Amino acid sequence: MNQVISGVPLNYYILLSACIFAIGVLGVLFRRNAIIVFMCIELMLNAVNLLLVAFSRYLSDSAGQVFVFFIMAVAAAEVAVGLAILTMIYRNTKSSDIDILNKLKW
Amino acid sequence: MITKYLFYFLSVLIIFSALMVVFSKNPVHSVLYLIVTFFGIAGHYFLLNAQFLAAVHIIVYAGAIMVLFLYVIMMLNLNKEVEPHKPIWIKFAAVIAGGLLMITLVGSLRGAEALAMKTPADQSIGLVENLGKTLFGQFLLPFEISSVLFLAAMVGAVMLGKKETH
Repeated sequence: MNQVISGVPLNYYILLSACIFAIGVLGVLFRRNAIIVFMCIELMLNAVNLLLVAFSRYLSDSAGQVFVFFIMAVAAAEVAVGLAILTMIYRNTKSSDIDILNKLKW
Repeated sequence: MITKYLFYFLSVLIIFSALMVVFSKNPVHSVLYLIVTFFGIAGHYFLLNAQFLAAVHIIVYAGAIMVLFLYVIMMLNLNKEVEPHKPIWIKFAAVIAGGLLMITLVGSLRGAEALAMKTPADQSIGLVENLGKTLFGQFLLPFEISSVLFLAAMVGAVMLGKKETH
């Protein structure tokens, strides 16, 4: 009972979180629309959240769930500021394509 | 064993809708699939006995963040398929890089399940009472600092969103 809580081993949660995180990275590399890139960053944050909750559940430590709480707060702040930046970029360049924002690129 | 089937169902749902977030052409469809993903993750929190986090997750993500996304997409009128696409070799490289990252993550976290067997399972750590005691006891200072972070984010968003008058 200790090693298999609710019938699902911890390994499965690790595999699922790695899958979601990899899909998020794939989306960041794959798409050029800045809003989709933001959504994929949200996906990555959620993968980490899910893994933290799973670890906190299997180790019986509530600190992990408090970390998830803080990650949610930071994600909300990040989305608010990020979307404000995005609307400003759109206002100036009339596009949400990230490949035209290459002034800081070597 | 019903939790096992629920786990498989939710996992397949999450992975499918996460892939559809990346691959659907219309940004509005991407947002809708992302909402499905978030509800699936909230279901996983329920399965993991983290009821409070599940509620907060639905409220924050499906309620606040997704509304922001939809609103920005609506405001920028991005619901057309006008997006230019990356060249095919970059897409190929992206798929390979994502797959390699996933293999690396799974490989590096392989030994972690040995940790989980030491302590007996406590059913009540996800409830509001225990979480609140931890949050307002051990993590009181980070909690207050996160409120300052929110203030900074609010001021920053308003500053960025304001039209320049000069």
